[in-house]
Amino acid sequence: MRYAFLLLCLLGWLNPAAAAIEAYEFETPQMEQDYNQLVQELRCLVCQNQNLAGSDADLARDLRRETYEMLSEGKSRQEVVDFMVERYGDFVLYRPQFKTSTYLLWLGPFLLLLLALYFLVRRLRTATPAPEVDEDALARARRLLENNESNK
Amino acid sequence: MNRFVLPLAGFLLMVGLLGYGLSLDPKKVPSPLIDKQAPAFSLAMLEEPARQLSTADMVGQVWVLNVWASWCVSCRAEHQVISELASRRLVPVVGLNYKDDPADATRWLQQFGNPYATSVIDRDGRVGIDWGVYGVPETFVIGADGLIKYKHIGPVSQESLEQKIMPVLKELLG
Amino acid sequence: MIPEIGQFALIVALCVGLVQALVPLAGSSLGIQRWVAVAVPAALAQLLFVGISYACLTFAFLSHDFSVLYVAKNSNTELPLIYRISGVWGSHEGSLLLWALVLALWSGAVAVFTPSVPRVMRARVLAVLGLVSCGFLLFIIATSNPFERLLPAAVEGTDLNPLLQDIGLALHPPMLYLGYVGFSVAFAFAIAALISGQVDSAWARWARPWTNIAWLFLTLGIALGSWWAYYELGWGGWWFWDPVENASFMPWLIGTALMHSLAITEKRGTFKAWTALLAIFAFALSLLGTFLVRSGVLTSVHAFASDPSRGVFILGFLVVVVGGSLALYAWRAPLLKSAASTRLLSRDGMLLLNNAFLTVVTAAILLGTLYPIAIDAMGGKISVGPPYFNLMFISITAPLGVLIGIGMLIRWKQDSLQRLTSRLRIPALAVLLVSLGLTLALPQWQWGAYLGIAMALWISVTAAMALYERFRHRALMSALRSTPAGFYGMLLGHLGIAVFIIGITLTSLYTSEKDLRMAPGDTYTVAGYEFTFHGVRDFNVANYVATRGGFSVRSVDGGYRTEMFPEKRVYRVQNNPMTEAAIDAGIARDLFIALGEPLDNQGAWAVRIYYKPFIRWIWLGAIIMSIGGLVAASDRRYRRLVRSRSPAREAAEQPS
Repeated sequence: MRYAFLLLCLLGWLNPAAAAIEAYEFETPQMEQDYNQLVQELRCLVCQNQNLAGSDADLARDLRRETYEMLSEGKSRQEVVDFMVERYGDFVLYRPQFKTSTYLLWLGPFLLLLLALYFLVRRLRTATPAPEVDEDALARARRLLENNESNK
Repeated sequence: MNRFVLPLAGFLLMVGLLGYGLSLDPKKVPSPLIDKQAPAFSLAMLEEPARQLSTADMVGQVWVLNVWASWCVSCRAEHQVISELASRRLVPVVGLNYKDDPADATRWLQQFGNPYATSVIDRDGRVGIDWGVYGVPETFVIGADGLIKYKHIGPVSQESLEQKIMPVLKELLG
Repeated sequence: MIPEIGQFALIVALCVGLVQALVPLAGSSLGIQRWVAVAVPAALAQLLFVGISYACLTFAFLSHDFSVLYVAKNSNTELPLIYRISGVWGSHEGSLLLWALVLALWSGAVAVFTPSVPRVMRARVLAVLGLVSCGFLLFIIATSNPFERLLPAAVEGTDLNPLLQDIGLALHPPMLYLGYVGFSVAFAFAIAALISGQVDSAWARWARPWTNIAWLFLTLGIALGSWWAYYELGWGGWWFWDPVENASFMPWLIGTALMHSLAITEKRGTFKAWTALLAIFAFALSLLGTFLVRSGVLTSVHAFASDPSRGVFILGFLVVVVGGSLALYAWRAPLLKSAASTRLLSRDGMLLLNNAFLTVVTAAILLGTLYPIAIDAMGGKISVGPPYFNLMFISITAPLGVLIGIGMLIRWKQDSLQRLTSRLRIPALAVLLVSLGLTLALPQWQWGAYLGIAMALWISVTAAMALYERFRHRALMSALRSTPAGFYGMLLGHLGIAVFIIGITLTSLYTSEKDLRMAPGDTYTVAGYEFTFHGVRDFNVANYVATRGGFSVRSVDGGYRTEMFPEKRVYRVQNNPMTEAAIDAGIARDLFIALGEPLDNQGAWAVRIYYKPFIRWIWLGAIIMSIGGLVAASDRRYRRLVRSRSPAREAAEQPS
């Protein structure tokens, strides 16, 4: 089944080098920074894995425009994120939200690291320690060697 | 012996997931608006631009919203099925003319037939964004209470009509 | 005719591959010398036939044979020669044939360049490689035949994807394949060792140079891809954690762990089971990458046209190869227990920690890459992108930066905390202070910058200390003669990492970007450079039409001047507009301009200007690392063993 949006999608794919550049003007540097961060963390839904910043697809342009307008109205970054998620679901976020279904995702690697380190250190600790040097034996050995030397 | 089996076990788990993943479509985005209020709009009608249709007007009846455009190739493919649905006179089918030129849209309907009770003009796609539209065509079923009950992504085939959309309609119509 | 020969050669190669896989394996278990001896000629014969097949496909491209479907879909008469050569691997079927060719090349190299490896071992290694190549050849013949005919032949082909008409992208796949296909050699050695129940660690020594070479190619391949994305895609990015990028990066991370693990196993005879497991993982991840790219199970800009039926085949292949290896591992690994013990405070311990961190970060990347599938299977839908991967990668590999330094100076087997702290105390302090000074010199204080600079400096200082220690108590000539190449390779490898860390730290934190409207005559200043726009002109070139913008650039203090010409191109055949950014490259910074869209009738354009500090250090670091790998692989110790063979030894090596 070929959807028309596959067509849009193809254009988006074959065109990643037609970089999406709009000359938006921002009231404050903070707003510009927020805008840049948002369009990098929001996903283009009709593309083969691109963010809004890098996509030339029509829908991406529209969503960038929405983002710009909302920020200009004074909305916060979280409000823009909520707007997008309300309409397109979690799929539109490249930074997965921290909720029950993503606990494993966000915490898993750190738990794994702790487990790995724990088992590693435990296994290495129980290794046989290097032989302790018996100071008396060492002193006797030295004397013997010196005697041998002096006897030559 | 036990711990040496762990890699194999983990691997088989992953393979199971990947195998199941082959049957899924990673590009299909399900709608988060199911069982939520249909996003309100009030747009000019294609046939009579002076008049407007709003979601408020549709409350109290079950209806279908079909997102289409004259530049959309697959819309032509599903047009017959949509017309078939409209002809059954179960529910009104409203068209959302998405990011289109009204003159092109009118010509398209004249050429292929107009199954819609009316089509409303969404010139800049903002209403589409509110409804979570990300491609054309898409079709929504809205209940009498104004809640979105079903979203179909892509062209509606005869099969999808009978097996997916009709059951939803039947349930809503009681 | 030629395409038919190509197809026939593939079938012959498959048959030869079957012989290469089964006969020596049986022979080594049953003790039949003649069967064991089949391995080498079979491997070379397979190389010959796969080579013939590949040559036929290349010939079809060079001669514009549009009766071959694959050629018609990936080239046309206007395509420049070099892209007709690289177009062979431009799409699914051809790139698989390249995979098979590279695998045959590695097998052939193993057949020829391993005189010191006992016959039986080598036969088993070649047999395993043969098994893998059979899988690939079968896959190609059954589902992805590049020689399929298009009848009637097309008069003109479609264009090769314009994105692929580029030298960086032409070199990128062959380098990548040389890399992660090359991990099949270490894999084969590990499997052969497990099959034979070989308890000693000799196989680690044999596998080392092969792994180093594969690793260096993979490093270069990944760096090439990153560099290409940067200058071609127009948004200044160089890594997106796309599933296919991850598919190449995960084998690299495990390959790095493998290189270090082989070092411990060779030197101390410990962790044989771990090393074998890492060898299996490295190649398994390479195969997984093949699956992810071609099955359609994940969305990616890199994905070849996806086909779930192909996905099923590759998955089945994965189950057989990797599942079989891990089952063999589960059965035989207990035999590989080492007698020696390992202490945490030793180089052994540090290397082990290193491997733990690398393995965990690989697991994190794998988790993030596959998580969307799991959520989808449960009815939801999420995306996992750069914010997740960046956080995981940086937080888990940060401790490694410190460990690298300690690892280069700590003693094998056992060291004391007291000795270490007394040696490292002053250098550590010096590093922290100097880094502080350097970070304060930057335009704005960022903790990330401080940490990154400190880490890079720490690695460099400890590397210098390790070098000094080697040369300190000896005459220069004697020190030079007694220091193995592997040592220099190690230093270079770690220095490469330090350079890489500087690159990513400074670029990520201090990039300046501005999108704006510029009319002819307008000037805008970014990060100390003045950019003046002079309007656009149109040009006609071979297979595209270009609109070129002119910019003059001047540094604010007047000391530097240049001109930059970003373009928008429309390729005639496919009618796609593409942006060619103008880049003024420098060791300390890149200036980057991309043209957007014309904004009005007065000649104003939307323009993007970037200032990217130290971005070249990212790829420079990768190049230095690769040189390190090459130097390490050239170590004489691997070649010295040829002379120590004796007849008695030969007799003792009869197949068991």
